[in-house]
Amino acid sequence: MNRIPGRRWRRALTALGAAVLASSAVAACGSDGGGTVVNVYYPSEENFEQVVAACNEAAGGRYQVVLNTLPREADGQREQMVRRLAAGDTEMDVLGLDVTWVAEFAEAGWIAEWTGVDKSEVEDGTLPGPLRTARWKDKLYAAPKNTNVQLLWYRDDVTPTPPKSWSEMLSMAEDLRAQGKPSTVLLTGAQYEGLVVQFNTLVGGAGGKILSDDSTKAIVDEGAVEALRALKDLASSPVASASLSNAKEDSIRLDYQKGDAAFMLNWPFVHAAMKEANPELFEHFKWAPYPAIDEDKTGTATIGGFNLAVSEYSRHKPAAFEAVKCLRNAENQKFSAINSGVPPTIEAVYDDPEMAEPYPMREAILAELKKPAPRPITPAYQNVSTLISTILSPPSAIDPQATAQRLREELQDALDSKGVLP
Amino acid sequence: MSHTADAGAEAAQDPAPDAEKGKRKAVSEGKRAERKLGLLLCAPAALVMIAVTGYPIFYSLWLSLQRYDLRFPDQREFIGLENYITVLTNSYWWTSFGVTSLITVVSVVIELVLGMALALIMHRTIVARGLVRTVALIPYGIVTVVAAFSWRYAWTKDTGYLAALLAPESDLLTQRVPALAIITLAEVWKTVPFMALLLMAGLALVPDDLLKAASMDGASAWQRFTKVMIPVMKPAILVALLFRTLDAFRIFDNIFVLTNGAQQTGSVSMQTYNNLIKGLNLGIGSTMSVLIFLAVAVIAFIFIKVFGTSAPGSDNGGKR
Repeated sequence: MNRIPGRRWRRALTALGAAVLASSAVAACGSDGGGTVVNVYYPSEENFEQVVAACNEAAGGRYQVVLNTLPREADGQREQMVRRLAAGDTEMDVLGLDVTWVAEFAEAGWIAEWTGVDKSEVEDGTLPGPLRTARWKDKLYAAPKNTNVQLLWYRDDVTPTPPKSWSEMLSMAEDLRAQGKPSTVLLTGAQYEGLVVQFNTLVGGAGGKILSDDSTKAIVDEGAVEALRALKDLASSPVASASLSNAKEDSIRLDYQKGDAAFMLNWPFVHAAMKEANPELFEHFKWAPYPAIDEDKTGTATIGGFNLAVSEYSRHKPAAFEAVKCLRNAENQKFSAINSGVPPTIEAVYDDPEMAEPYPMREAILAELKKPAPRPITPAYQNVSTLISTILSPPSAIDPQATAQRLREELQDALDSKGVLP
Repeated sequence: MSHTADAGAEAAQDPAPDAEKGKRKAVSEGKRAERKLGLLLCAPAALVMIAVTGYPIFYSLWLSLQRYDLRFPDQREFIGLENYITVLTNSYWWTSFGVTSLITVVSVVIELVLGMALALIMHRTIVARGLVRTVALIPYGIVTVVAAFSWRYAWTKDTGYLAALLAPESDLLTQRVPALAIITLAEVWKTVPFMALLLMAGLALVPDDLLKAASMDGASAWQRFTKVMIPVMKPAILVALLFRTLDAFRIFDNIFVLTNGAQQTGSVSMQTYNNLIKGLNLGIGSTMSVLIFLAVAVIAFIFIKVFGTSAPGSDNGGKR
């Protein structure tokens, strides 16, 4: 009896010792493993480590790119970076920023401006929509790595021709419901950024504005009121899903895969997912431009995606800029599009013949990218977004005129960083 | 105790005044040295306390008097009490304050009742006492976030077993009242064992003889409970209530996991976190932390004042 615990103890001690040794070895790699180390902080993306490996090879030993994965949720990603940057952390070199964070990080002085040759190399051939998200006050602060737009997903066995406007989509769905066919309309209606994206897209598709062009005044004009009305129409229609006010992009994807829904407004990642999850339904799974309130504006879409920025506190800025240029070059963007499904930001990549087969919806994506409805570009974006998602939640409780008035007042406070976040 | 102390005092008064003077001086010299040693021994702990609690409290007080948003570092300035006006006139703050108070009151009351029942069971158990007590304490041993996730999955529409059992058609976590009820339930489930543990310590104070005497006098079980046990264990009940109220008022993790504050279910701590960490508004966020600190101080003050001498901290070095 006595010997067993003793042995266990010894084993535990050995394991502990091994762990201590291993962690110090890892630490050594991270800080002074010879040469320059560029620490990249990026959310998890399938096969991105292969892009990093390719760039390490291209660097030929001048620097070593180390990939550090950020948390899965957007809030967690931002919090980690913000917390460390506010404390002047020098261990972060390259930051993967959601397109809505660039203004905030730039205004706070946390990310370095792109200048000279580096700047023109990034701007060259990059689509104007995504490039706009990397700028703040006419200066370039990041390099667009990948972009994203939502599409309308439908089934050609249920609706052979997709709807061309928001109201047409609702009436088609209601007809389908009357006939007992799959009829649900799925969109991201939970109280989070996804709801803001839908609202922003609808506002853009009605030719409206949430904020003034320089993002200092809350406008919330007639187009925005129409967008509120459109959300309300959907939420109070029988074709809305019961869990609309809790729906996020992945939950609606799963719902659609079950086969009871007619339409879904979602990012292109659903295409590859459907292929895997429901090959039968995949045969009829098609895409079309996002249906706008104003039919002429159908295909106007909010731009998502990620930009790469260099930390102001980085000790190896030249290497970091070079690493970013490699991580987002045309070759690697093509690799990421094919292997991880993320849409490229360099226009020429879309025309590459190798893209045709794995990326059939590239033309629809490219068309939407040329009709962008960018989200408000302001350092207070986090406040703006939190307020919009709170005020629009749940969508069934929207009262267009009153909600618009509330948005006007509270957004103005948020822009002046005066208000209280809910 | 008090008899010996009195006798000692009487004895000290007996000797002549002169002798007494000298003696007192000697005593006080010894005492002074002792006190000095005592202070020296306390000093490291006191310094650490000042460093880890005093400094942050005063720093957040200082921050709360400034306009200080990390995203607009150039606009930092001293603005006095303006942040307090902003927060205290804001409807979001009062909504979450109301939610927090509601959750605090409801959950603490339920916890007290259930905790008392559990304590009595644990106290009375004759068979497998250790096992019963261990089993009862399991919820308290589980990390709150883990427990909250299991509640969330249980209440998720379509996949959760509780959702399927009780409300298959609607999504309870997305509606305000049901969501608040679920949050309270999770909180109660989690902390009843803690309450029971504190109350059980109080039950151990009740002398068996007293209960036997009461039953000899014809007191029913209920009368023995209300007239004998409760008065004797009042200090323990107050400790338990105070601890739980202070804890419940700072509720964060259950809400963070279950609803993330959606549909107006956020507590004041959640709101502070949103303003401070997400919004990077150090001024407003610190104002909220200071307000929470004040609210907690007021709760503690009320407990001590209203419940008087039997409240924790006001007892006289163990003498009653």
